[in-house]
Amino acid sequence: MTVVRNEIRFLLNDEVVSVGDAGASDTLLDYLRLDRLLRGTKEGCAEGDCGACTVLVGRLLGGELVYESVNACIRFMGSLDGCHVVTIEHMRGADGGLHPVQQAMVDHHGSQCGFCTPGFVMSLYGLWMTNPNPDRPAIEKALQGNLCRCTGYAPIVRAAQAVGGSPDDDPLVAERAAVKAKLEELNDGSRVDCGPADNRILVPGSADDLADILAEHADATIVAGSTDVGLWVTKFMREISPAVFIANLAELQDIKVADGTISLGAGVTYTQAFETITKHIPQLVGYWDRIAGEQVRNMGTIGGNVANGSPIGDTPPPLIALGATVTLRKGSERRTLPMEKFFIAYGKQDREPGDFVESIDIPLPNASDRFAAYKISKRRDEDISSAAVGIRVRVGDDGKTSEAVICYGGMAATPKRADNAEKALIGNALEQQSIDAAMKALEQDFQPITDMRATAEYRMMTAKNLLRRFLLEQDGSTVTVDRSAAA
Amino acid sequence: MSGTQTEMLTTIKGGVHKPQRHDSGHKHVSGLAEYIDDIVEPAGALHAYLGLSDRAHAEIVSVDLDAVRAAPGVVDVLTAADVPGHNDVSPVGKHDDPVFAEGKVEFLGQPMFAVVAETREQARRAAVKAKVEYKDLPHVIDVVEADAAGYPLVTEPLTLKRGDAKAALEKAKNRITRQMRVGGQDHFYLEGQIAYALPGEDDEVIVFSSTQHPSEVQHMVAHVLGVPSNAVTVNMRRMGGGFGGKETQSNLFAAVAAMAAKKHHRAVKIRPDRDDDMTATGKRHDFVIDYDLGFDDDGRIEAVDASFAARCGFSADLSGPVTDRALFHADNCYYIPDVLFVSKPLKTNTVSNTAYRGFGGPQGMIAGERMIEEIAYALGKDPLEVRKANLYEAGGRDVTPYHQTVEDNIAGRVISELEESSGYQARRQAVIEHNRNNEIVKKGIALTPVKFGISFTATWYNQAGALVHIYNDGSIHLNHGGTEMGQGLNTKVAQVLADEFQVDLDHVKITATSTGKVPNTSATAASSGSDLNGMAAANAAGQIKARLVDFAAEEFGVPPEQVVFEPNTVRVGNQRIAFPEFIMQAYMARVQLSAAGFYKTPKIHWDRAAGKGRPFYYFAYGASVSEVSVDTLTGEYHVDRVDILHDVGRSLNPALDLGQIEGGFIQGMGWLTTEELWWDKDGRLRTHAPSTYKIPLASDVPPIFNVNLADWSSNRENTIRRSKAVGEPPFMLAFSVLEALSMAVASLDDYRTCPCLDTPATPELMLFAAERMREAAAARG
Repeated sequence: MTVVRNEIRFLLNDEVVSVGDAGASDTLLDYLRLDRLLRGTKEGCAEGDCGACTVLVGRLLGGELVYESVNACIRFMGSLDGCHVVTIEHMRGADGGLHPVQQAMVDHHGSQCGFCTPGFVMSLYGLWMTNPNPDRPAIEKALQGNLCRCTGYAPIVRAAQAVGGSPDDDPLVAERAAVKAKLEELNDGSRVDCGPADNRILVPGSADDLADILAEHADATIVAGSTDVGLWVTKFMREISPAVFIANLAELQDIKVADGTISLGAGVTYTQAFETITKHIPQLVGYWDRIAGEQVRNMGTIGGNVANGSPIGDTPPPLIALGATVTLRKGSERRTLPMEKFFIAYGKQDREPGDFVESIDIPLPNASDRFAAYKISKRRDEDISSAAVGIRVRVGDDGKTSEAVICYGGMAATPKRADNAEKALIGNALEQQSIDAAMKALEQDFQPITDMRATAEYRMMTAKNLLRRFLLEQDGSTVTVDRSAAA
Repeated sequence: MSGTQTEMLTTIKGGVHKPQRHDSGHKHVSGLAEYIDDIVEPAGALHAYLGLSDRAHAEIVSVDLDAVRAAPGVVDVLTAADVPGHNDVSPVGKHDDPVFAEGKVEFLGQPMFAVVAETREQARRAAVKAKVEYKDLPHVIDVVEADAAGYPLVTEPLTLKRGDAKAALEKAKNRITRQMRVGGQDHFYLEGQIAYALPGEDDEVIVFSSTQHPSEVQHMVAHVLGVPSNAVTVNMRRMGGGFGGKETQSNLFAAVAAMAAKKHHRAVKIRPDRDDDMTATGKRHDFVIDYDLGFDDDGRIEAVDASFAARCGFSADLSGPVTDRALFHADNCYYIPDVLFVSKPLKTNTVSNTAYRGFGGPQGMIAGERMIEEIAYALGKDPLEVRKANLYEAGGRDVTPYHQTVEDNIAGRVISELEESSGYQARRQAVIEHNRNNEIVKKGIALTPVKFGISFTATWYNQAGALVHIYNDGSIHLNHGGTEMGQGLNTKVAQVLADEFQVDLDHVKITATSTGKVPNTSATAASSGSDLNGMAAANAAGQIKARLVDFAAEEFGVPPEQVVFEPNTVRVGNQRIAFPEFIMQAYMARVQLSAAGFYKTPKIHWDRAAGKGRPFYYFAYGASVSEVSVDTLTGEYHVDRVDILHDVGRSLNPALDLGQIEGGFIQGMGWLTTEELWWDKDGRLRTHAPSTYKIPLASDVPPIFNVNLADWSSNRENTIRRSKAVGEPPFMLAFSVLEALSMAVASLDDYRTCPCLDTPATPELMLFAAERMREAAAARG
């Protein structure tokens, strides 16, 4: 029998808070600023793209307490149950002095107008805790989700490289055991059911409980990382009640590698998956780092990226190319389908009321597979793709292509395979002639649109040219601009 | 005497020319710096939210606000009918900028009404419930279409003319006629627009406004409320970024908050969501420049005839002075013997464009640099060689198109020092070599200079005030008319004051800008903040010091020259008195320890009708070298290295100046590369949030970024401590990025065709340019 609790409980800095009147659409940022008058955390964009609202959220993950930077503006109260929220106000020492991260920012003139600064400090704090001597790429990655309009970032990067002190002396590190014990106590396995009737929060106590809740509320909004649903509320003012918050369900956090397949629970974030994905599929390192910014990667889930059916989601093109499958669950019934079949049309997925995405299985490429994933966007990092592609070509012993899966994002109303381009490659050697034919065939496969990200013409031209890049890179080279090479 | 004591006597802490940190740095990093939205609201505070139009150009047939009024928490809805004074916030007195649209809407996103509710969330949700019936009218979004459709100019155009450009062009050895499109830019200040009004007794109201121009907000609030300016006090401690976007765009928000506060006698705050902020407030003007260029075989410009059409939006706002400044800067560092520049400030059905760092200067200057590039590619020269051949030089080639003689020209020295220190020549050869050996990734390198005129072209704006008190414990209270938006103005002015009195900087308390303390101030804009307010503060200090010297001379019976302000002490004859003790003695002797300082810039004058005068007190200079890599299969690129040498005269604060240069450069780079404003056919701005509008990130900053001050430079004019303005000039250093991108794709046709990149040079635009170059090469065979 599931125990029901009628309030959200979490640790806010060093205080346990219980919030019974929290509603589904209530954000952490509004709670901090309006209810708690903790106004060091700023609102810059209310859509998770500028990082001014960055706070750290600690959560139990595989028995460990992990702190991650997140955007408070699109983080719902419903996803905080059993977590530790750390805001800028928590960083001042008992003596009122500045934290080493803060001191470095002051010493290196890392703030000008100062409005983005608390967010930068929190992102750098999160980085410093796990990596006190970061190199430049690590700093840039940690700051992909933080916008500054004044400094040009140079002094912030200098500050990040010069942070003194040791994380061992940091309260969040020193008090880790005590906080962990506290969170374990808060994570009591009960279902949370709270908030007003028309703005209701449901937090399942387990995956089975989730299945039960969805059986009862088939129309519920399933919220995982809320990096998309967050905007439904903050930008479109949509009602999401009742909302079921699944971010902290331990059973959906599993990452397994067995029988040549990576299995990801639907609640696994981009950050959690990074190590396993890139260890087994190193071609995805650069691609993975270009998915959103750090805070969004810390919140957003691969399950959510697939489930919401966006034509410009970053993960479907490479995952479909790899032959990934999606497992859906309704009650105790499960069904598994190829990921490409999940996407039916724009805004329409093969997900029945009551279904939820439980896991995603990704077959690893084998030795005869040539695999690559490319993304094109206006800005290199933290941008939505104009076009993206995953390409997997299996070359037989005869040197001819026996299998080709090419899936594009941004080229159609769903992530979509390039059937004609694939056919042009199959049975032929992977060389200029077959690639030229595949490039030409893309014109039969796609009629892309023009929007604010790119024109149809550019989308088609780059879609073609990425096949050419794929060919040119078969010798192991990188045939594009490479930031790490420049430094 | 210990070493520390000696040091105390020889130098103060935090004086001028020192790399002093931002006065609020420690508060920024700890979340303790207070912005307007952080001020704790009093009981009963209300929140306002704007209702925006959904059409680019339409008659308003009817507005049904019943559902808005009935929404939860709604207290009131304000429309044009509720405006007690004038429904207008035009900053230039043209009465073309309504607070709330009346009868018709002229752009998509125009404010039509404001909801006042118990919470911001309630006001925001109610604001979208209005039922408006429109009768659509034809709308025009683009400048060229506006021109073709015969749309009017929003303000009087400017002509700059010297010699006979048309005749000279007929005789020119080489001639190129072409068009350049230059994109606009959203300010993307991290703190959006916000105002917060507290009602007072009688007609009084206090407004906290995130504004670069508190005096104008004061006058506009008074104008809208129909009360005299003395009823309105505007306070401004700091902005979370301005960049020109809070020079006039704050007025409307302040007026709405004040109206609602007075009507309901409750505090009222208004803060739009980011998307509404970007949709409903003005941006940098985009331009279309048509140029007719004549030059000789050595690459020297003979004549230019150019028109500068700007997308001004539905009203004038600051489009007049913005387009003027474009013309003032199209020459950049180069002498043009026969010249004709004409501005076309065109009306469009878009948000009214406004001030933005550089104020039209960048748009004019980049067209000038395009012409240099045209000459270089046409003649097969390094563009740097063409630049050098055209620099202003004394003895006949030193007069600008506006007939001001360039007296302080250091462009040549800045360029040659940077050329040397950056290793430009060898690197250019290496780039050419790279391009010979690489088919897909092409590199480019460019050196571009900047000369930027300092002073408001509205001459009367070049005045400032300051208010300085010394309390009888020796602590100093500083107030001036400038505003702090991150640039460190308060720090610099405090350094000046510390230096004047020779006290450590921590004796000076910086206080919020307030129209109640210093009246009739100018906008903190045109890079003028420290030039004007530093001088005004120094003037106030000078008045107090003169009284103190008189007092000490009389009290101690010494000649006035024997009263000297030394570090934290005053030496009177042979006696040294600690500053606080000395001040207490002066107080006891009834010396006035407060002064209002004033400054007005000398030497400047401007006859706009004639297009002649000396609009600028002096020029600031700089130059940059950028090296880039471009993937010619996709158009993606990367800035690999940047070297900058920039002139700030004798720097008041090298650390803050460095910050302005680095920050200005990256902001300029964003303007020219990834920041694209995109309207759909209905006139809806679709890049209205950071998810769609892409400003640079930390990972866009060049991994090698060498920035140096021209430390040998000293302002030849008598500015505050011989420093130079620094806010805007570095923005234009980013031109070298665009030109390096241009060179990279030009390599595809062996550098024989000018790629003529429009801006922003997004990856898409770069790929198309690369394709054009390949086609040109193929056609050549």
